[in-house]
Amino acid sequence: MSNGWSWYVIALVVLNLAGCVWLLWWTGKRRPGDPAPEDTSHYWDGDLTEYNKPMPRWWLGLFYLSIVFSVGYLVYYPGLGNWVGSSGWTSPREHNVDKAQNDTRIAATFAPYAQVSLPELARDPAALRLGQAIFANQCAACHGADARGARGFPDLTDAIWHWGGKPEDVLASVADGRQAMMPALASALGGEQGIAETIAYVQSLSGQKVDAALAAAGAPRFAVCAACHGADGKGNALLGAPDLSDTYWLYGGDTASIRETLEKGRSGQMPAHAQALGAARARVVAAWVYSRSQPQAQP
Amino acid sequence: MINPPVDERYNDGVVRQFALMTVVWGIVGMAVGVLIAAQLYWPTLFEGIAWLSYGRLRPLHTNAVIFAFGGCALMGTSLYVVQRTCHVRLFSDRLASFVFWGWQAVIVSAAVTLPLGFTQGKEYAELEWPIDILITLVWLSYAAVFFGTLLRRRVAHIYVANWFYASFIVAVALLHVVNNLALPVGWFKSYSVYTGAVDAMAQWWYGHNAVGFFLTAGFLGMMYYFVPKQAGRPVYSYRLSIVHFWALIAIYMWAGPHHLQYTALPDWAQSLGMVFSLVLLAPSWGGAINGVMTLSGVWHKLRTDPIIKFLVVALSFYMIATFEGPMMSIKTVNSLSHYTDWTVGHVHAGALGWVAMISLGSLYAMWPRLLGLKQMWSERLIDAHFWLHTLGVVFYIASMWIAGVMQGLMWRATNADGTLSYSFVESLAATYPYYLIRLFGGLLVLAGMGLMAWNVWQTWRSARTTEDPAVLPVATAH
Repeated sequence: MSNGWSWYVIALVVLNLAGCVWLLWWTGKRRPGDPAPEDTSHYWDGDLTEYNKPMPRWWLGLFYLSIVFSVGYLVYYPGLGNWVGSSGWTSPREHNVDKAQNDTRIAATFAPYAQVSLPELARDPAALRLGQAIFANQCAACHGADARGARGFPDLTDAIWHWGGKPEDVLASVADGRQAMMPALASALGGEQGIAETIAYVQSLSGQKVDAALAAAGAPRFAVCAACHGADGKGNALLGAPDLSDTYWLYGGDTASIRETLEKGRSGQMPAHAQALGAARARVVAAWVYSRSQPQAQP
Repeated sequence: MINPPVDERYNDGVVRQFALMTVVWGIVGMAVGVLIAAQLYWPTLFEGIAWLSYGRLRPLHTNAVIFAFGGCALMGTSLYVVQRTCHVRLFSDRLASFVFWGWQAVIVSAAVTLPLGFTQGKEYAELEWPIDILITLVWLSYAAVFFGTLLRRRVAHIYVANWFYASFIVAVALLHVVNNLALPVGWFKSYSVYTGAVDAMAQWWYGHNAVGFFLTAGFLGMMYYFVPKQAGRPVYSYRLSIVHFWALIAIYMWAGPHHLQYTALPDWAQSLGMVFSLVLLAPSWGGAINGVMTLSGVWHKLRTDPIIKFLVVALSFYMIATFEGPMMSIKTVNSLSHYTDWTVGHVHAGALGWVAMISLGSLYAMWPRLLGLKQMWSERLIDAHFWLHTLGVVFYIASMWIAGVMQGLMWRATNADGTLSYSFVESLAATYPYYLIRLFGGLLVLAGMGLMAWNVWQTWRSARTTEDPAVLPVATAH
């Protein structure tokens, strides 16, 4: 702030605090001719009147004390315009010191795990405890505290992996994120009738009861879908295209949900965490996620 | 010596209107409060109905209790008090009537636009610009009626209650206009003229002084009339009222930045916000001391007079809240308390404990006099209301204190290895039982308001007259 504004702030603060002191001193003293403490000279509304008793000493002391504290505080800390305070304290400095301390602690905690393989980490109770703590804070908002997911957010505890379930696949999902893109296909599938047929065929892949004639008519239309989901509908982990022949549905397997998927498409976003967590922490949380789908690995 | 009688009557019609709407809006505002407390416990309540969603009902609750319930209580009592203590009829009946109907129009507009989702996004200043303009017009008329009456007074000295009402009226006009300066881009949409941290500072300068002048100075005005009146005792100390009045209105103006500790607000402004909040403790307590000490000599009335109970417990909650506030503005404490339910508990210690109780006590004292009666229809119902309300407030603030401190501790807890101990949702799960206790406290308060409505209704039915009483002649000495 400019010098002018700085002095403006200082002047207002000093005026206000000094004004309080003056007010306390001026009204606190008794002058000759003052009415006695229990005199009541003025009346309003019949019986309303006022004593003029002295102010309680403890209250005056409290008031003065708070002003003395303020003066001390404003000398020690920034507050009076451009005066930086004799302590040299600033909020960015406090933040940076705290953060550096915690960063050091975190680095020391995770350093031992930087080179350990995910399957090994998944058997290490200490690493899993850390991984679970990170998951609770970073991942649970979408995937749930129990990692069982929600509509649009995959269940991480089953054996189904849209982007692959090998240790390096899971780590890549955590560190670099994933972008799943299911395009809107209404016109490519031949409009209303085509969509109805395709839905029936897709549902038949996972053994749902469907109109056989409708599903049969949908089979050739599935060629549009096969580019990503494969001719047999078993999906492609390289593209993040889900297996349509199992009973797990990310966005729902009922007719209305599949219709919405076909007509509007779907966009799945798993953000990258390598930057936010750092390599070592990303590895530890990936190991915890990996362990969820490996029941035998859980301690 | 008593001066000869004057041929003039008080205007009590507009006071009765405000007093009635205080009860009505109190019930409405607190019912919405109970509803949103229930939504915090059952988050899927009314799921899918946009205008009943928490985000829209919450500002409806705050606006209804502060500006509808609190506003009607302040306007009603101030117009009652200024006539009695100036020994003169209101300055203009037509303007007073406009103030009443205009203010009701503001409230109804708020009750319609807020659930529809029209908002400026500023806490306690949500209403969009056309309503803001109406507020300004009504407020200036209110100021004209109040100060016009003061100017016509038949006594030389201005009674202390009127200093506080006057400062409240002037400051709220200033705060409302400055904080709501905005560029309209449609009938229901505008953009604040301030940006970034400046906007935040303007908002909390407004927000904190809404607490300081609307919810403190205004209600102190109420206290300074109804406490000595009901106790039948002189105000404790004239010189104490002078000191704490001037100190209070000067220091409050600085305290806004304590709402923005550890944010993008510059360090110097944060420091000043904290320092002046601490200095504010003594001036705040000055009013409470003056109120409580006025009762010395008649403490026995606390056993028998439920209205005195309301007034004294209100002052006690005032002392609690004005001690807690400065403590919470200390940066070290604030880093724990900010964003937790502790803040919500603190606000309600002030709003339900101080503001509501001083208003309810004053209303119970004022109603019979507005209807030509000696007392309310049922003293026992007043007593029952007092206990329901007090218990409700205790349940409310105690549960929110515990919940708030717990949340603050959970959010900052880190493991020895540097990771956070709890996820946010764990702190939410831990808060659930306290949300239920808070809901129960809110229900008790609302039930008390039901008793009051019944009592007022019965009192009105037994009213002997609603004719305006004659202006009391001035007594120059006793």
